[in-house]
Amino acid sequence: MIEVKGLTKSFGAKRAVDGVSFSVRKGDILGFLGPNGAGKSTTMKMITGFLRPDSGTALTDGIDVLEDPVAVKRRLGYLPENAPAYPEMTVIEFLGFIAEVRGFSGGAARERVERAVCLTHLDSVRAQTIDTLSKGFKQRVGFAQALLHDPPTLVLDEPTDGLDPNQKNEMRLLIKGMAAQKAVILSTHILEEVEAICTRIIIISRGRLVADETPAALLARRPGARMDEIFRGLTEGDV
Amino acid sequence: MRQVRPIFKREFAGYFRTPVAYVFLVSFLLISVALSFSRFGGFFKSGVASLDAYFGFFPWLFLFIVPAAGMRLWSEEKRSGTVELLFTLPVTTLEAVMGKFLAGWAFLALAVALSFPMAVTIGYLGSPDWGVVASSYFGAVMMAGGFLGVCSLTSAFTKNQVVSFVVSLLACAVLVFLGYSGFTSFLEGFLPVSAADAISNFSFITHFSPMVRGVIDLKDVVFFLSLMGFTLFLNVLALER
Repeated sequence: MIEVKGLTKSFGAKRAVDGVSFSVRKGDILGFLGPNGAGKSTTMKMITGFLRPDSGTALTDGIDVLEDPVAVKRRLGYLPENAPAYPEMTVIEFLGFIAEVRGFSGGAARERVERAVCLTHLDSVRAQTIDTLSKGFKQRVGFAQALLHDPPTLVLDEPTDGLDPNQKNEMRLLIKGMAAQKAVILSTHILEEVEAICTRIIIISRGRLVADETPAALLARRPGARMDEIFRGLTEGDV
Repeated sequence: MRQVRPIFKREFAGYFRTPVAYVFLVSFLLISVALSFSRFGGFFKSGVASLDAYFGFFPWLFLFIVPAAGMRLWSEEKRSGTVELLFTLPVTTLEAVMGKFLAGWAFLALAVALSFPMAVTIGYLGSPDWGVVASSYFGAVMMAGGFLGVCSLTSAFTKNQVVSFVVSLLACAVLVFLGYSGFTSFLEGFLPVSAADAISNFSFITHFSPMVRGVIDLKDVVFFLSLMGFTLFLNVLALER
């Protein structure tokens, strides 16, 4: 589970994230919503220990990311925005590298890689270098990398970005399928996606939390209104 | 320090996954051998079976060649965003810095070692002092490490490889020129000799040339090791800020 406590981060004069707190329990799929530039990615980067918060902290399985970042990183699977990967490596080489850094070796490493390849349907491109892959496959490589060590928590920054409708659907099924055992945070700006798979919604606007509830409760705020209308109402200040 | 190994392996193999390694190795060997055969090097004219003419150019050659090999170390990770992947894997900054540095150093050591036909040549032409040859190779590898430490540090400041190359080149140039004989005699013109000596002590040339003559002095080895240690320490700080 993930606990976020008063995270704050400024870049120069701009306050990107301003006192954000929430928690995600096992079995939750938390939809992290907000306009572009609202602070979603920055919050995720602080949870995963890539950025150091100005104040506040985040706990993963009770471990403070400021105190023991490596232990937190061991328990997290993280798909950064745009799924960065080493372009000159093949899919198998890349996942092999991730397995090795994650502490698997020999047969155990191969088994992990095969499982991740199978889950994310990468078998057809396994020997291709990553720079030759389409956006959809690259995204899946990033996803495979994130769940390779079967982590108890997953942080996914726009996991369905750049995928076609079929791939989006498949990715959602995959996330939904393993959510029972894990705490999942996924950021997106696709509202229908949130309605389809998330058990809880958090909306962030100009660095601040403006909503934290179930999709049903959010819809009940204004009976008869569509999700995007409610979203627009909550994030009006954000240009 | 357990996680240094996978980082090292990936980085070292990474040189060979692209044409970079081959272009680099071939140009390094061509230029270094051509320089020693040229009239500036006088490899044959000297009439001595030694590699002085070969290694004498190394500080100047490394000035261009090491920034070319080192500029990508961190800039490339920053540009492609993989730095975010790397630092959300369970590795410490120090492990990542060490892994990448050691891979670059091993690659440079390989480049230096591939000049072995030069050693074979002098062995065939005469009877060289193999101790001197060995200490020259040792010195070249140590100096490569010093240069690479500087380049690794500068590449951590920018995501632009060209900027990284130019800044590395400038930083290394300072460290070479401080010991260049023309520059030290210029300094001695208006500074006390001890002050000029102290300044030239910061140069690669000052600590490399004894090894080419066959003298491995502890203070020279300590210079290169502490330069590496210091730049890598700053490298960790630069990445963690």
